[in-house]
Amino acid sequence: MKQVLILFFALIQYSAFAQIDSTLFKRVEKRDTTLKLNMDAVYNRPFLQVGKVPVAFGGYVEANSNYMVTDGVTEGLSFQMRRLTLFVSSSIGRRIKFLSELEFEDGTKEINIEFAAVDIEFHPLVNLRGGVIMNPIGAFNQNHDGPKWEFIDRPISATTIIPSTWSNVGFGLWGKYSKNNWAFAYEAYLTNGFDDRIINNAENRTWLPASKTNPERFEESFNGVPLTTLKSALKHRKIGEIGLSWMGGVYNKFEEDGLVLDKRRRVDLFAIDFNTFVKKKTYFNGEWVWAFVDVPETFSQQFGNKQKGAFLDIVHPILRRTILGFEKAVLNVALRLEYADYNVGTFRETDGDIRDDIYAVVPGISFRPYPQTVIRANYRYHWQTDILGNPASKTAGFQFGFSSYF
Amino acid sequence: MTKKRQLLLAIAIFVWVVACKQITEHVTPKAPNDDEILDGPVEGLSSVEKQQFLAGDVAFNGEVFFSGNGLGPYFVATSCGSCHAGDGKGHPFTTLTRFGQSDTLGNKYLNLGGPQLQNRAISGFDPEWIPVGASFSQFTPPANTGLGFLEALTDAQILMNADPNDLDGDGISGRPNYVNAPSYFLPQPYHQQRGGKYIGRFGKKAAAIDLLHQTANAYQQDMGITSDFNPYEPAMNGMAYPYFDNVPDPEVPATTVHNVVFYLRTLKAPIQRSQSDADVLAGKQLFMNIKCGSCHIPQWTTPSTNINALSGKTFFPYTDLLLHDMGSGLDDGYTEGTALTSEWRTPPLWGLGLSMNSQGRNYFLMHDGRATSIRQAIELHGGEAENSKGQFMNLSESDKAKLIKFLESL
Repeated sequence: MKQVLILFFALIQYSAFAQIDSTLFKRVEKRDTTLKLNMDAVYNRPFLQVGKVPVAFGGYVEANSNYMVTDGVTEGLSFQMRRLTLFVSSSIGRRIKFLSELEFEDGTKEINIEFAAVDIEFHPLVNLRGGVIMNPIGAFNQNHDGPKWEFIDRPISATTIIPSTWSNVGFGLWGKYSKNNWAFAYEAYLTNGFDDRIINNAENRTWLPASKTNPERFEESFNGVPLTTLKSALKHRKIGEIGLSWMGGVYNKFEEDGLVLDKRRRVDLFAIDFNTFVKKKTYFNGEWVWAFVDVPETFSQQFGNKQKGAFLDIVHPILRRTILGFEKAVLNVALRLEYADYNVGTFRETDGDIRDDIYAVVPGISFRPYPQTVIRANYRYHWQTDILGNPASKTAGFQFGFSSYF
Repeated sequence: MTKKRQLLLAIAIFVWVVACKQITEHVTPKAPNDDEILDGPVEGLSSVEKQQFLAGDVAFNGEVFFSGNGLGPYFVATSCGSCHAGDGKGHPFTTLTRFGQSDTLGNKYLNLGGPQLQNRAISGFDPEWIPVGASFSQFTPPANTGLGFLEALTDAQILMNADPNDLDGDGISGRPNYVNAPSYFLPQPYHQQRGGKYIGRFGKKAAAIDLLHQTANAYQQDMGITSDFNPYEPAMNGMAYPYFDNVPDPEVPATTVHNVVFYLRTLKAPIQRSQSDADVLAGKQLFMNIKCGSCHIPQWTTPSTNINALSGKTFFPYTDLLLHDMGSGLDDGYTEGTALTSEWRTPPLWGLGLSMNSQGRNYFLMHDGRATSIRQAIELHGGEAENSKGQFMNLSESDKAKLIKFLESL
């Protein structure tokens, strides 16, 4: 890892010197003018190219301050280095390309290869992708770069029900067809999948992100059954984009050395995502997810077999002009409404509703001096109810931060 | 950027910071009043004691067990906090089942997994079952608050209210449950032994002598977690070769158990609300008039203890910590220690009015949660409480409401 970092920063250093000569260091121009979908997010990023080397670099950084109060108690003001992400892309040939995304979260607490895949284009509708792939479930998992969002926290349902960023080793096919104002795309992948940590974790609830802590998932499948992810998306330039996706597989170790240990237990997620502009100004972006987990009957109902969640972001630009010397800067107001229900069902003992849910309202403002950079201030209020449905714990506070591609 | 713009930016940032500070107080959730919650420490803990309280709080409310750190394989709940949300009474979801003892001679089903049923199991295991013919009873988790005050009382204080042969003829006896002490029990000067047994004061049947006894048992029997005090996994229905997981024993160190015990000892006593309300005062008077207070003794004072904050304190738990015959309606046929199957320890009533905040906005009262209102709980009283219940039933609706309002204020 250290060597990768040294190499990366050496190249940045080289490119910094090279800025004197603009022919050595330049922004990669986007040649693809087709209608962009969420699935294109991985390549739809600003890259810097060093001279004529067929390798381009990029990345983004996110940091913020945080002041939250829960039921009158606060931990005070914190400063958080959320993530530093580095991209390397390369065109091996005209129709073969490679991209990798390395992410450092919360300082160096988590270091992940989020994406490292080769794309081979046989036909615009038939591309082979292999490597570490971001499973196309919902939209946020593929399109999660901090500078693209007006909110400091990632959506709750997209990170705790869909465990964004959720990527795995595997391969599959994708294709895209666009004509005039329409674009259609599909993706189909087989990858390594979840493991029994999803119902065996310290969160005390069914928690799909727990599988991300398995360091061996990039090396071998937990149970030998691939996780299947399918997505199709349709976009009209004037209407918006809608995506339907499913991800499913077996999560438990049902067999070992030929001995049957348990039945095959599945985890399945369904998601719908959409985004649109109203009157060409106000941006709506939402995602709904439902998760179904086969939890053993004899295990605790603390671990739900159904989860659901959603978020809706509304972003409206109120100023679009030169602001503080930044030309074409934009000032937005934004609102996020979101919830996640981690345990949909009723108690066997009382037939009463099982809760374990969270609802949040996040108004905010964001300032974009450039499209690649966002400075944002959020106020967050959320209500979290325990499994029994006792009075909700309330948390609220302010966040201020920035995120920028570099 | 021009100097004017720089100044503008600086002013904007300054205003933002000041505004945030000013606004924060008005737009962030307020702390609930101290009398609206059960958790929180007693007043007067030293700095070192506060740190141990916090360590115990983390272990009690924050530590979740799963197979990777020792859960089960047979269990009832995955954490202490799962059963005692907000340190209050539990919900039927985590009600536990005890089985196998139907008289004072002991549990005849210890070799079949008694006394506690582990009704859940980690993946790949089957949970326990109640053996055919075994009597059983279900126990809803009690509130944790103020336990240190009850533990601090001397056996002599408890025995002062005992009247096992009803010599005063009031129809109320009250006797302690003498139980076998675990090997790790360290008798204190205030404990009194009888025939090698000690007075139990915690649990529905008063079968746990002190909070260490209660806590160590809960780790093992409720969560399948081994400790220095109970180093063995509970065996599934007493099978000859109990399962050993891959987590080295003890799965929690003694320090963790001691921290949890300290946390339980130093949780504050519930604070009564609306104390000066006329109806509440009238309700309290009615409570005493119809002799509810004969068992639910309102007031106690602790002697000197090794925690200053608990020493010499007067508190209001509304219990006598003794066993009483509650009649056939509450006789499940199961018992513990030297209690009869119809006998139950007088549960403390403090915190009763906050039960809905830990029981999912419902009441699940009596030992097994069968009463879904305070009135129903009173009506389920029998045996030694039959007379008081009868007097309650004869009260006017208005007086009944006052008495219940008093109970809700606790």
